[in-house]
Amino acid sequence: MTMASTSSSGRPVLGFLTRRREGGQWHWTDVFTYVYLVLGVLLMFGPVVWLVLSSFKTPAGLLEFPPTLLPLGQIEVQVEGYDDPLPLFAVTMEDGTVKELAQIRRIGIMAQMVDPENPGERVSVPINTREPIREMRVATENYIDPLETFNFLRYLQNSVIVTVVATVITLLINSMAAYGLAIYDFKGRNAIMLFVIGTLMIPVTIVLVPTYLVVTQLGMVNTLWAVILPGAATPTGVFLLRQYMLTIPKDLIEAARMDKASEWTIYWRIVLPLSLPAIAVLAIFSVMWRWNDFLWPLVVLTRNEVYTLQIGLNAFQGELDVQWHYVLAMTVVTLIPVVLVFAFLQRFITTGIASSGMK
Amino acid sequence: MAFDTDPRAEPVRLSDRVYAILALPAMAFFRLFEWPLRFLQRILGIGAMPYVFLFPNLAFFGIFVITPLILSIGFSVTGGTNLFLQDRPYVGAEQYGYLLECGNHLDPTTCREDRFWRAIYNTGTFVFFQVGFMVLFSLITALILNREIRGRGFFRAVFFFPVLLSPVVVALIWKWILLRDGVLNAALVSMGLERILFFVDPTWSMFWAIFVSVWAHMGFYTLILLAGLQAIPPDLYEAAEMDGTSKERVFWRITLPLLWPNMLVVIVLALIKAVQIFDEVFVLTGGGPGTATQFIVQYIYTTGFANQVQNFGLASAASVVLGVVLFALTIVQLAVTRRKDEG
Amino acid sequence: MTKQFRIALAAGVASAALTAGAAFAETELRMAWYNDGIEGEVMQDILDRFNADNPDINVVLDVLPYKAILESLPVQLAAGEGPDLARVTDLGGLSQYYMDLTPYISNPDYWRENFGPFLKWMQPVGAEPQISGFMTQLTVTGPYVNKTLFEQAGVAMPGENATWSDWAAASREVAEKLDIPIPMAWDRSGHRVAGPAISMGAGMFDADGGPALVDDGLKAMATMLYDWHQDGTMAKELWGSVSGSQYLGANEEFANAQTVLYMSGSWQIPQFAEKIGDAFDWWAVPAPCGPAACTGMPGGAALVALKTSEHPEEVGKLMDYLSSEEVLNEFYGRTLFIPGHLGLAKSGVDFQTEDPRAEHALLTFASAVPGISPIAFDLQGYVHNRVMFNALISRLGEAIVGELTLDQAFDRMTQDVEQQIAEKQREN
Repeated sequence: MTMASTSSSGRPVLGFLTRRREGGQWHWTDVFTYVYLVLGVLLMFGPVVWLVLSSFKTPAGLLEFPPTLLPLGQIEVQVEGYDDPLPLFAVTMEDGTVKELAQIRRIGIMAQMVDPENPGERVSVPINTREPIREMRVATENYIDPLETFNFLRYLQNSVIVTVVATVITLLINSMAAYGLAIYDFKGRNAIMLFVIGTLMIPVTIVLVPTYLVVTQLGMVNTLWAVILPGAATPTGVFLLRQYMLTIPKDLIEAARMDKASEWTIYWRIVLPLSLPAIAVLAIFSVMWRWNDFLWPLVVLTRNEVYTLQIGLNAFQGELDVQWHYVLAMTVVTLIPVVLVFAFLQRFITTGIASSGMK
Repeated sequence: MAFDTDPRAEPVRLSDRVYAILALPAMAFFRLFEWPLRFLQRILGIGAMPYVFLFPNLAFFGIFVITPLILSIGFSVTGGTNLFLQDRPYVGAEQYGYLLECGNHLDPTTCREDRFWRAIYNTGTFVFFQVGFMVLFSLITALILNREIRGRGFFRAVFFFPVLLSPVVVALIWKWILLRDGVLNAALVSMGLERILFFVDPTWSMFWAIFVSVWAHMGFYTLILLAGLQAIPPDLYEAAEMDGTSKERVFWRITLPLLWPNMLVVIVLALIKAVQIFDEVFVLTGGGPGTATQFIVQYIYTTGFANQVQNFGLASAASVVLGVVLFALTIVQLAVTRRKDEG
Repeated sequence: MTKQFRIALAAGVASAALTAGAAFAETELRMAWYNDGIEGEVMQDILDRFNADNPDINVVLDVLPYKAILESLPVQLAAGEGPDLARVTDLGGLSQYYMDLTPYISNPDYWRENFGPFLKWMQPVGAEPQISGFMTQLTVTGPYVNKTLFEQAGVAMPGENATWSDWAAASREVAEKLDIPIPMAWDRSGHRVAGPAISMGAGMFDADGGPALVDDGLKAMATMLYDWHQDGTMAKELWGSVSGSQYLGANEEFANAQTVLYMSGSWQIPQFAEKIGDAFDWWAVPAPCGPAACTGMPGGAALVALKTSEHPEEVGKLMDYLSSEEVLNEFYGRTLFIPGHLGLAKSGVDFQTEDPRAEHALLTFASAVPGISPIAFDLQGYVHNRVMFNALISRLGEAIVGELTLDQAFDRMTQDVEQQIAEKQREN
């Protein structure tokens, strides 16, 4: 597949599919298309929207079944003679009327209630006759509490440093290697290619411990380098860029050599600019990989000042308690940069992958 | 040649401004190396240049990828719980023997290490269905996105964006939906159906593991197929239309055969990714119920890292086995890509 | 080099330099910590005071996800890296890395007197008796019940010396009457099962002190648990839904009144006090009985000094401060942890809560300590106890979902324990 094919992305290639047959008749594929697209949007976006909505609920709101769409919280009222605000309930009285009462305390299966309008009088009602009265309440504390308890800016800074430095290094050394492998015919090229491809898909998880050993021996534990360097020479990147560079016409390079351009000049002035779409794709993937990295930083970073966001945001996860309200909120926080990157570069990413993820 | 005169960098146009800003310092950086490298080329000759270009990457590669791999092989033939290879007693192929010993290899309960074999069979099931559905849905989506529809860019983005989410986030999002009191069960109850405890049923767990991983990665493969579709010469379709060929027939006779090379790439890539599935499913189902969704990478992770006795030897032996399988798969991919290049 | 890149690099180098640490005039001590509740805040307050009193020492609290303490820390220690102190739960498994504080603390006898029984838990195998640290939290396992549900259903709570079957039957009755989805829930943890199993007569060790997980007592308890899962007394969601030895709690379900009885432990008190408050009466009850005993399992987290520290003197000084009765009274009192300090246990910690349910629960668990079976104490101190717990829960879980029969599960438990311990003992 050559690059030329991709620049045609805007062309109505399969026009025949959408063109109505004589008289605008609907083919079953037309109906199917729109049903599929509508369902697709719901299925792809729905879960994320639900996550964001849920992240603003109070712990009690999260436990509710059936879940409410919007975050609700119980209304609390200030009643004369009581220091703390009291929760408001709708109580079905014995005569069947419903009254709004504030609860003072609950004893066993009875609740002591007070009418906010008439604070002097107390009534005791069975607890299964009362329903909490709720209003929309956005639990911003899900975000604020965890963010306040740790050094958010420090973690953010570390994450940004790791992401940026690692991506720059990856792009540089990967593109150099890809250039070497794509442009030259030299001894050992096939062996190196085989190496690159052979390790292409080894998941980090299975070499976690030996890699840790290497990093320790280099004295990099608890520095950001321990997170930056091990993943820098990604075989995926070399592979991706090399496949793209293969499509660059050789005569361009020969012509430049005639003009006495050095190999380095050819690399950065000719081949790199021509490979920009592939480089952009790699850059985006690198940013995502680094930003989302969790397991590896967890192993090599144990000190507060070098935590990345992913570690810091998870520090509230203890031995025994999954606090969903924090988990959801912090998931949203880590999502924000991804959404931003995507929003700005969306079209670029999608066309870029289509054109380079190809080979 | 400057950045902006390249006709093939056309998609970049959108982000031109960003690139203009980034390009200046980048160019300054490359210029800095101009003289040292020209000098290097002069004394070493042009024949040495590929090695110069390869050196930085290979150095990192050697330190952080190859060394751990060799260490892994070392771990796999030694025993004990020491981390340093020199402190570990040599045990030969004992770890492999333990791993592979079975009364009947088709029945995990007869194996010494039953969990390893369960993981293998689970991975097999997962890969078969996940790759199948992945290809199917990517293809459908690509075909649909290839039609002339309004807001195509938007829909393309919609199907693609989960690719960018981290596996942990993907799993958390879906777990939150699928819990006993989750929104999906609420929907079932409101329709008068029974609640389903998805993660207690092995079939449902496997289903959701497959579903969620297809959901998360489909967009990537869709784009690859979309590029393939758009490369099919339009005149073929026009000719078919002249002949009054039915759409279904056009699909089977023209679209699918011409898309086949891209399909192969998608299949092989999806296959490799599926074999090494871990984080998503681990967070989503925890490998359960029982061991129903415990896959090979999770087995390695648990054995070598999460257990109290971190059995590096056994885990590394399993890694080596997995590595051999992955290597074989990549060789297949290589062969496929080769054939495609020639064709 | 681009400007951005240079800035980024400079920042990276700066961070790297920061972590090198040694260049400071004051001695820096690193304490690895994890949080279940507010204990991190309390410890930070205490450390702030210590740092102020000792300008030459700077103690930094590194709060980590528990996962890092459990999985990453052992690898780090094995590689010779690691903090000066750490709050750990795998007391025996990591004991080879503990420092002996005896020469560095001012009054070793105070430690032996007040932390005596727990020092054994942290004792490295084959070493001279040493002082490695103290328990930040002593825990006891035991059930909580939703007393309000019992009252609403009009079912009497089983009294003293009730057995597990009694409790299961009572919970089932309440659940049926009030339409509660889960009559009984247990933490998915081998540690939680061990206490009841010992009550049923499990011995856990053979005559030579080696591990003997599977015996008639354990089989009896495991069979009961298996049956409860089949007849709906317990929900498969907890034990059946994840693989291996992963922990799952039912604290959310209990707090939401979805379960009548919840078998967990004393560490839930602060959380329940905060989350449930007075929404219903959550009531800790004494460990139910079996033919052999009425026991829960002791446990907890310890703050230990690590051999990797280059500043043992300062670590000793810090430990002296932290282990003092006054500081520990504050720590246990504010965190609502059961004291791991015998003197305080006797005199009583001044718990800072006014919640009658929390007070009752603290009292229940604290008074359960003397009744804990000696086997349970030995098991908690056994270096490979987690191997046993993990084999127990993971295989039982596989049996409950039907991948193994109970008998196959018992055989696999024995095999798992043997294989892992053999691997551990294989030395050069």
